[in-house]
Amino acid sequence: MRVNRLVSYGLLVGLSAVFLMPLAWLVSTSLKPVEQTMSLPPTWLPRAADGTIQPRWENYREALTSMGGQGAARVPFAVFLGNTLMVCVLGVIGAVLSNALVAYSFAKVKWPGRDKLFAVTLATMMVPFPVLMVPLYGVYRELGWIGTLTPLWAPAFFASAFNVFLMRQFFRTIPEELSEAARIDGCSEWQIFWQIILPLSKPVLAVVALFHFLWAWNDFMGPLLFLTRRNTLTLAVALQNFQSQAGGVQWHLLMAASAVVILPIIILFFFAQKTFIRGIATTGLKG
Amino acid sequence: MTTFERANLRNGLLFCLPWLIGLSVFTLYPVVASLFYSFCDYSVLQAPVWSGTENYRRMWGDKVFWLSLKNTLFFAGLSLPLGMAVALALALLLNTGVRGLPVFRTIFYLPSIVPIVASSMLWLWIFNGQFGLLNSFLRPVLGSATPAWLADPQWAKPALVLMSLWGVGNSMVIYLAGLQNVPGELYEAAAIDGAGVWRKFWHVTLPLISPVIYFNLIMGIIGSLQVFTTVFAMTGGADGNPARSTLFYALYLFSTAFYDLRMGYACAMAWVLFVVIVVLTVVATKLMEKRVHYAS
Repeated sequence: MRVNRLVSYGLLVGLSAVFLMPLAWLVSTSLKPVEQTMSLPPTWLPRAADGTIQPRWENYREALTSMGGQGAARVPFAVFLGNTLMVCVLGVIGAVLSNALVAYSFAKVKWPGRDKLFAVTLATMMVPFPVLMVPLYGVYRELGWIGTLTPLWAPAFFASAFNVFLMRQFFRTIPEELSEAARIDGCSEWQIFWQIILPLSKPVLAVVALFHFLWAWNDFMGPLLFLTRRNTLTLAVALQNFQSQAGGVQWHLLMAASAVVILPIIILFFFAQKTFIRGIATTGLKG
Repeated sequence: MTTFERANLRNGLLFCLPWLIGLSVFTLYPVVASLFYSFCDYSVLQAPVWSGTENYRRMWGDKVFWLSLKNTLFFAGLSLPLGMAVALALALLLNTGVRGLPVFRTIFYLPSIVPIVASSMLWLWIFNGQFGLLNSFLRPVLGSATPAWLADPQWAKPALVLMSLWGVGNSMVIYLAGLQNVPGELYEAAAIDGAGVWRKFWHVTLPLISPVIYFNLIMGIIGSLQVFTTVFAMTGGADGNPARSTLFYALYLFSTAFYDLRMGYACAMAWVLFVVIVVLTVVATKLMEKRVHYAS
C-alpha cells in the first residue's frame, strides 16, 4: 500500500513537471536577451552578457511596442487590448442576459410548442461552424458589420443552444412551489424571473459568464474572418500577426507577447477556480 | 384557450424572443442558405448560379480534398484515443486519494485554458528544430537525427498530436468528476468478492464512468475533425505547410471559401464534413450503446 502511494506521488510530481515545463520555458525565454535564445544547449536562467543572472523585463515593453507594427501605421497595444475587452465584456453581458431569459422560457413557462422548439434547439448543437460560416458572412455583410467588432459580440445577445441548455437544466432544479407562491402573491412573470429565479441561479450565471469570456478571449477564426483593418484586431489575431509579419521570429519578444495574452486568463482562473471546475464537471456529467 | 394559457403563451414567446431571432438569423437561415449554395456556383461577387450536384461530383475527383480528409482523419485518429487515454490516466491517478489533489488538478488543467494562439506560439518555439526545448532533450539520445518537427512533412502531424496532449485538462476534469461519483461501497463489495485492482477497474470503474467516456468521445470527434486555429497559427496560414502535410479539412475549406472565393464548393465541403461527423457519432453511439451504463 505504502509503495503504491509512493509510486502515485512520484508519477504525479513527474507529470506535473512535464505539464508545467512549457510554461516555464515561455517565461524563461521571454526574459532572455536575444543571443541567449540561440545558445546551445539551451539554458533556463536569463543571463546578462557578463554571465550574471538578470531577467530582461525590457523585452515586455519592446514586445508590446513592436506588436502593432512599425512606423506611421503602428497600432498601440492598448488598442488590441481594448478591442478584446470590448468583445469579451459586451459578449458576457449579452450571453448572461439572453440565455437566462430564454432558459426561463424553456424551464419555467408552459406554452404550446415549447418542447418541440427545445428539441430543435438541441439539434442545432450538432451543426459544425463551417456549415454556417459562408452564409453568416453574408448576413453580417448585409448588416454592415464586416470590418467592425460587432459580429464578435452582438450575436451573444441572441442566446446560444448550449448555454440555454445549461441554464435550463439549472432552473429546473429550482422548486416550482417558489414560482407558484410568488404568482399567488401577485408577482408578474418578469418579477418571478428577476427577483426569485435569477438570484438563486448565480452559480450557473457565473459559469456562462466565465466560459463566454474565455471563448471570446480565445476566438481566432471569428476575428480572422470578420475584421479587416489592423486597428480593429483582437489580441489573438494580433499575436498571430506579430509572429508572421517580421521575417525572422524574435523568440524572446514573441514569448513575452504570448505571456501577456496568457496572464489575464491565468489570473481569472485563480480567482474563479471553483466556477471553472464546477462548470466543466456539470457540462460533462449532464451532457 | 383560457386567459391563463394565453398569458403563458405570450410570456413564453416574449422570454424566448432573443433565441427566436438568434435561431432564425444566425442558425436556421445559414443552414438553409449553405445547403442551397452547396448546389451553386457562388463567388460572393456575383449572385449564386444553380449548378446541381457539380460541387459534390467535383469533390470526388479533387485530390486536395482527399488529402485534407486523410490528414484530418490521421490527426483525429491519433490525438483522440491518445488524448482520452492520457486524460483518463491522469484522472485515475488524481483519484487515488492523494493529498494535494487541488494543486495537481490545477497543474494538469492549466494548459487547457491557455489561449490557443498563445499556446501555438509557445509550441512553435518548443518544436524549433535547432534551438527548441524538445530537441534539446532528444539530442543527447538521437544526436543529429532529431526531427525538424513542424518543418518536416513526416513529423508535422505527430508534433500537433503531441501538442494536443498538453491540453487534455478539460476532459481530465470531466473524468475526475465521473470517478468521484462512483460510490465507494461498490469497490468494497468488489474487494470482498476478491477482485483485484485490474478487475475493479474493468468491472466497476469503467462501466460507471461510461457516460463521461461517451461524452468525451463525442466531443472529441466533433472537435478534432474541425481543428483549425493551432494549425493556422503554427504553419503560417491555410496552406498546410510543409508540403500540405498539415492541410486539414477546416483549413482547405477556409481557403476555398475566403481566398479562392469558391463559396459554393466550400459549402458543399462543409456539408460533407457535417455528414462525416454525424456518421462517426452514430457509429460511436452504436458501438457504445450496450456499454454505456446510466446509474439512474
